[in-house]
Amino acid sequence: MARPLSLLDRRRFLSSTGILLLAAASGARAANYSGSLPWKPFAALPPSSFADGRWYVLTPEEARTVEAIVDRLIPPDELSIGGKEAGCATFIDRQLAGSYGTSDRLYMQGPFLPGLPTQGYQGSATPIGRYRDGLAALNSHTRASLGGKAFFELAPADQDTVLQAFEAGKVDYKAAAGFFNLVLQNTMEGFFADPIYGGNKDMAGWKFIGFPGARYDYRDFMTAHNQPFPLPPLSIAGRPEWKTGDR
Amino acid sequence: MVRRLPRKDVVIVGLGWTGSILAHELTDAGLDVVAIERGPWRDTATDFNVGYAPDELRYAVRKDLFLQPAQEAITMRNDVSQTALPMRDYGSFLPGTGVGGAGTHWNGHTWRFFPSDFILKTHLTERYGADRISDFQIQDWGVTYDELESAFDRFEYLAGISGQAGNLNGTIQPGGNPFEGPRKRDYPLPPMQMTYAPTLFAEAARSLGLHPFPTPSANLSKAYVNPLGIAMGQCTACGFCERFGCANYSKASAHTTVLPVLMRKSNFEARTECEVLKINLSPDGKSATGVTYINVSGEIFEQPADLVLLNAYGLFNIRLMLLSGIGKPYDPSTGEGTVGRNYCYQTNAGAQVFFEGKHINPFIGAGALGQTADDYNGDAFDHGPLDFVGGAGINCVPTNGRPIQYRPVPPGTPRWGSAWKKATQQFYNNTLTFSSQGSSYATRGNYVDLDPTYKDRFGRPLLRITFDFPDNDIRMSNYVSDRMQEIADALGGKQAVVNKLRKSWNSVPYQSTHNTGGAIMGTDPATSAVNRHLQSWDVPNVFVIGASAFPQNAGKNPTGPVGALAYWAADAIRNHYLKNPGRLVEA
Repeated sequence: MARPLSLLDRRRFLSSTGILLLAAASGARAANYSGSLPWKPFAALPPSSFADGRWYVLTPEEARTVEAIVDRLIPPDELSIGGKEAGCATFIDRQLAGSYGTSDRLYMQGPFLPGLPTQGYQGSATPIGRYRDGLAALNSHTRASLGGKAFFELAPADQDTVLQAFEAGKVDYKAAAGFFNLVLQNTMEGFFADPIYGGNKDMAGWKFIGFPGARYDYRDFMTAHNQPFPLPPLSIAGRPEWKTGDR
Repeated sequence: MVRRLPRKDVVIVGLGWTGSILAHELTDAGLDVVAIERGPWRDTATDFNVGYAPDELRYAVRKDLFLQPAQEAITMRNDVSQTALPMRDYGSFLPGTGVGGAGTHWNGHTWRFFPSDFILKTHLTERYGADRISDFQIQDWGVTYDELESAFDRFEYLAGISGQAGNLNGTIQPGGNPFEGPRKRDYPLPPMQMTYAPTLFAEAARSLGLHPFPTPSANLSKAYVNPLGIAMGQCTACGFCERFGCANYSKASAHTTVLPVLMRKSNFEARTECEVLKINLSPDGKSATGVTYINVSGEIFEQPADLVLLNAYGLFNIRLMLLSGIGKPYDPSTGEGTVGRNYCYQTNAGAQVFFEGKHINPFIGAGALGQTADDYNGDAFDHGPLDFVGGAGINCVPTNGRPIQYRPVPPGTPRWGSAWKKATQQFYNNTLTFSSQGSSYATRGNYVDLDPTYKDRFGRPLLRITFDFPDNDIRMSNYVSDRMQEIADALGGKQAVVNKLRKSWNSVPYQSTHNTGGAIMGTDPATSAVNRHLQSWDVPNVFVIGASAFPQNAGKNPTGPVGALAYWAADAIRNHYLKNPGRLVEA
């Protein structure tokens, strides 16, 4: 018989298991409620979790390219580890594998017409499609103009120059700036989201700026004006020191 | 095939703040009430679980609790010369869904509008002359502040609002808002403990002769038991408030203030994941016979009822009226018609002050924990020599330091690379932010109607918003930005950056989920969709309750007046309509 999960068990479960929990498939049905407050044990929908050690959407070349990009957007230096070591590419791959990658939650009915800037993104391409297309364009751009090398084979300074050109839309690829902005946005998400999503390794992004993470009670510190906050960051999955040899 | 269900006394569309209040009031009156909610059931222990509630990516960035555009989108354009296109993702505003509605993930600023706001046309005409407002469709509400006072009071006590009275029975109170209307008694709870940034802001504002005061907050300063006997907890300033459900039972919402009592009543039923498709009318179109809805399995039901209450998010109230043929659609080319008329928004601008060597600790915050100065709000200041009407509250309410979305850096900082890293680290804990929240006054050209092209998943037209900031509102906002610059300078940081609002309204960056108007209340059926009791002029057994009733928007968050209007309408139904069903006001 299944034993109910305690909070700590759940944290361990979320952080260590290799199960892919499909958050979107909640099995929601229309329901009638009357006469009492409806409540079911363990009905909650924890965040999705992915097994380590594989790419879910990105091909090997795409993954190497994304790793190279994120390490220029957030370069390793004395302030923090870089985007690659922090897992930003892993984060992006797992986001693409979920409902985000296929724009499931967005309005995707046509007609798709060119819009004004005030009307937002009006393309029919999903994030998966935009990554596939954009990464291919990036590598064909560098192969054509920089000695046949893929983006990830370039020196960091050359990579920066190429990224700046994409950011400014000054390459022969119409979607360059939009693609760059998408990757930049997702990279920052990966660096600063809870580590359960595959980035922000060991809360490196939070330590870098001093964000205490998933803490839920600051009452003792509300009037400690202009004082450094004394506690280390905390993830939804707890802290590494909390794990006591369970794997 | 449509299955016809047994009749109910009342059907409520949408189980958020107003739906819960109306359901509670009308079940107390002995009526048999069903609420139909298109989103899921949600409750604190399960869905706002403290184990994973503080998840910025899931809730704030991927917007897990909000209405998904795939379920219903809205199209937008800035003026009638443009082709409206769907907001494929919601950005500028984020409608809610599910039990609790947008009240689940609001911040909790809980205001009373100024007395002059409710009689705005009369007030501005008397003070400045009719010429000053001739570009507008500014109207009186048809209800006065004094009439609503007890309804405001009931909502504040239901929700455990934490604040400092500024005007008790006409006597100005130290430390409160001296510009507010008179209240009969103080807030149910004292103000929250102030964090560092609002404390600095208040000192600076006071040094300029302004009157800052604690922002009235639905994040509770203390544990509280409300008049329904429901207990709530003290806010822990976790910084996961707006866009999140509260795991602490310390942010007032339908979940924490009404539903624990309402759900135990045998004469109340909630149906979730059921979307109302239309309000059914009698053949002559003069009364509603109930609603038709579809559940997630695609089964369609007809729910007959004597009384139909529209308690959805304001925009969706309007859409249901248009889809059902209730009232005459507004036409901006003639100014005629009422449904869709006087759509308004909010006119906002922001300020950042960058310091060195401070510990602002922005992550210690709550949705409504801060300080406000109302010296330049509404008509609290003389507009005689100025070139605009209206005003803005200046709010220092640093709600959070969630780092995907909050990473302030001075303008000119690169967006990535080593220089970005250096500035991000330097300023994360060294930035004080505050903002202005300005009024939005109705014009002939700003309105909502049904989109001619884009459809929802059932093939029904989407709602279309045609909106841009009126020139007056831009001038107002820029004037208040100049006042914010003075405060920023008084704060004495290393650098101050005060933004000035410009045209046009952009649907992408988040601004405010304060969409008002479109089914406005008033005293003239030619210029309002509902009467002063929120009863449809055209179909008297339909009431339309929400910010859709605001004739124009003030420089304040709308939930306080929305809660008050819920009680106001409930009183009209209980005390007048039930005794003599029919029009409460003769046209």
